[in-house]
Amino acid sequence: MSNNQTIENVGRRRFLQLTGLSAGGLILGTALPGGGSAWASTAGKAGPLNLFVTVHSDDTVSIVCHRSEMGQGIRTALPQIVADELEADWHRVNVVQGLGDERYGSQNTDGSRSIRRFYDTMRTMGASARTMLEQAAAQQWKVPADECSAKNHAVVHTPSGRRLRFGELAAAAAAMPVPDAQSLRLKDSRQFNYIGKPVATVDAPDMVTGRAQFGQDVTFDNLLIASIERAPVLGSTIDKLDDSAARKVKGVVAIERLDGGAEPPAFKPLSGVAVLAHNTWTALKARKLLQISWSASSHDQHDSDSYLADLQRAVLEPGTTITNRGDVDTAESSASQSHQATYTVPYLAHATMEPPAATAQVSESGCEVWGCVQDPQSVQQQVAAALSMKPEQVTVNVTLLGGGFGRKSKPDFVVEAALLAKKMQRPVKVVWSREDDIRHDYYHAASVEHYRAGLDSDGHVDSWLQRAAFPSISGTFQAGIDHPSNSELGLGLTDLPYAIPNCRTETQRAEYHARIGWLRSVSNIQNAFGVCSFADELAHVSGQRPDSFLLQLIGPDRHVDPSQGDYKYSNYGEELDKFPLDTARLKNVLRRVAVKADLNLRGDHGKNSGEGWGIAVHRSFLSYVGIATKVQVQNGRMKIQEMHCVADVGLAVNPDRVRSQMEGAMIFGMSLALMGEIKMKNGAVSNSNFHDYQLLRMHQCPPLSVELVDSDAAPAGVGEPGVPPVAPSIANAVFAASGQRIRELPISKHLQVS
Amino acid sequence: MQLSINGVSHEFDIDEDMPLLWVLRDELKLTGTKFGCGGGFCGACTIHLDGQPMRGCLTPARFAVGKQITTIEGLSENGDHPLQKAWVEHNVPQCGYCQSGQLMSAAALLATNASPSDAEIDRAMTGNLCRCGTYPRIKAAIKTAAGKNVADNRGGKD
Ligand code: FES
Ligand code: FES
Repeated sequence: MSNNQTIENVGRRRFLQLTGLSAGGLILGTALPGGGSAWASTAGKAGPLNLFVTVHSDDTVSIVCHRSEMGQGIRTALPQIVADELEADWHRVNVVQGLGDERYGSQNTDGSRSIRRFYDTMRTMGASARTMLEQAAAQQWKVPADECSAKNHAVVHTPSGRRLRFGELAAAAAAMPVPDAQSLRLKDSRQFNYIGKPVATVDAPDMVTGRAQFGQDVTFDNLLIASIERAPVLGSTIDKLDDSAARKVKGVVAIERLDGGAEPPAFKPLSGVAVLAHNTWTALKARKLLQISWSASSHDQHDSDSYLADLQRAVLEPGTTITNRGDVDTAESSASQSHQATYTVPYLAHATMEPPAATAQVSESGCEVWGCVQDPQSVQQQVAAALSMKPEQVTVNVTLLGGGFGRKSKPDFVVEAALLAKKMQRPVKVVWSREDDIRHDYYHAASVEHYRAGLDSDGHVDSWLQRAAFPSISGTFQAGIDHPSNSELGLGLTDLPYAIPNCRTETQRAEYHARIGWLRSVSNIQNAFGVCSFADELAHVSGQRPDSFLLQLIGPDRHVDPSQGDYKYSNYGEELDKFPLDTARLKNVLRRVAVKADLNLRGDHGKNSGEGWGIAVHRSFLSYVGIATKVQVQNGRMKIQEMHCVADVGLAVNPDRVRSQMEGAMIFGMSLALMGEIKMKNGAVSNSNFHDYQLLRMHQCPPLSVELVDSDAAPAGVGEPGVPPVAPSIANAVFAASGQRIRELPISKHLQVS
Repeated sequence: MQLSINGVSHEFDIDEDMPLLWVLRDELKLTGTKFGCGGGFCGACTIHLDGQPMRGCLTPARFAVGKQITTIEGLSENGDHPLQKAWVEHNVPQCGYCQSGQLMSAAALLATNASPSDAEIDRAMTGNLCRCGTYPRIKAAIKTAAGKNVADNRGGKD
């Protein structure tokens, strides 16, 4: 089947014509393409409780996944929940990707939210469909509904043993009223068939044969490929353009300007010049021949090294107080021992393996796009705004994402495609190169954090001051924001889980000079690096083993509420009642990860072996993760020898995918800790590709282990929480091994990494 | 120009310098071979040329004339190459984007070395980046396909 065929089949109108909604199946508001390979479904007319399940007369069941797949396994896990409550046979389930549609609820696939926000909804969807099948059977048999129950893809009349397959009931069930959500009977966890089981990834067979479709893979017969040379400095626009040489390249169809618009940058495309050609090679080649001079920008003095040096000075000065418990200053003056340190993390890029790509087609009635996007509804809004349409005129087909990590929640690249498709009056695919991706990302903020602690004569921490300076993500979207935001501080700083009587959080000013965005675990990266490194420093200063010191620092079992006065802790958007900040769970993870490590090496600095262990534990996205790392440091070289992860994520819907996320998080964390650094000079990014923005390679990857804490607590975040403790656990291990304290990432600045 | 791809001969009217990556993806709509960096750094575009692993993004079409090009789509008839089976068994892919290239590199390794050591696997696979971090499972899957016992805890099945 050609790709073109696939795309045609899933077009909304065409699809409705094709199926006519008359296949005689139970259609809970969702019309589905036949065949099963389709990338999109069309939301029907029913209410939001009924959008996810369709039973077909051929006995197959289609389940919509409305969230984007980027490697976390969500196209398996969400349907797995539905299928369980439905009593469907997984082998007869077909997963269909939902179009962008607000009736699904949020489709913004970031913040490690898919399971925790939709676990209950998915169960309800499954149970609702199951009830309708049971009621249809009861009607057919003229028996009370409570004598009928679904099991393994059929409904059974318990007293008589009569049995009807789901497919046989599909038409009748479709005519049943949608049951009231309150009346639904959910399964007891002991009856789960799929929830909590390592169900195999539905897309894996396509991924190993090259059939899986990513944003870069979308193609049409009369498609133009666009490669865009964008302004190297944010805010800069095209001053002069000489495209005569580029136009002469055979196969170039058009050269078009894109205007970036005013700051703040938000999700707008950057200023640039697009070369449109019949194939990617021609577009890339011709683009190199463009002669562009760019206008001056207020950011063209930006130099990341001197920016960080400025922040390093600023954090030593008193800042704006955000939270304040007790009296830090008085406590400091009576401390018997004090310690301070400043931690620096550079800009980081997402570097998803698949560079961004989007395809668009614009007609009078609307716009249809295909792309690797994390938030199709935001695409609808942004594209609609750019084309002066209504969001519902924009149809968004979500392909597989070759990695997301937050980059693909920003729909700038889709807006580019839509604008160009409108100009060209034919379908256009915008292909980002790796250089485009590295140089025009929404970067993880460069940051500096300063910590100061006072200890009493028993070595207990009596006061703790933390002061953060980094350009806020909010500054990229709203003018005038030049301090870290409260929500960014709530990712690991203000929610400090330590029992310290005097504690203050402050911020310092930091303006943005590049687009700043959220990267896998967001400001938890720098906050956990600071907090978990500094706590390790204090353990050393007070002469205690890091694990026993931390247990004492975390203190008694309790639920912490970080809100204070005007400061409201957002708890990742969840109620503290349902997802408390539970120190007992944090300590459990700490104890379990500590036994993986030989923390007695502390102080010895691995004098003989050059080996040392470091640990770090951190709660983020409502999950608790501990990392233990063993490194060897010798002759200015360091190597990670092994790494262990203990994670309490609450109920793990698909334990194998939770493990794989933790494995991936350790590797993501190693990449950033060892080598991650985006540099900017004269406002422009100096890095360009994987040779100068390096990622961990197989030979650098140590043996890893993952241990999941058995839990029936509400399912919490999985995609991100593995990342934050990785960097501090490595830095703590380097200290144990060598006595060298890493306070500035990446480690490759200080040691040769191998 | 004429190119033999997965055992079938195709005629192209193209710039002979066009890298095979784009010949496959744009001209033949064979999109299993991926664009990751365009500079030889990531291995997402790995294909075989007469059985040798090559970077499709750096190999000009003219270089492949008279040679057999194999892509992920041609690695096996039915997705049943021992490596493909091992990949599914270990649930290797996360996002999946790098996996065509990983499989093509691994297949070239096993073709010349039926039971590679850890160090040999590292050497053969180090040119293939995986941003999602599937290396431990890739290694385990290669060992499974090579008929080796995977008695470690580096990822794999639950
Ligand atoms: S795309 Fe060829 S090596 Fe990266
Ligand atoms: S699986 Fe995503 S890059 Fe390898």
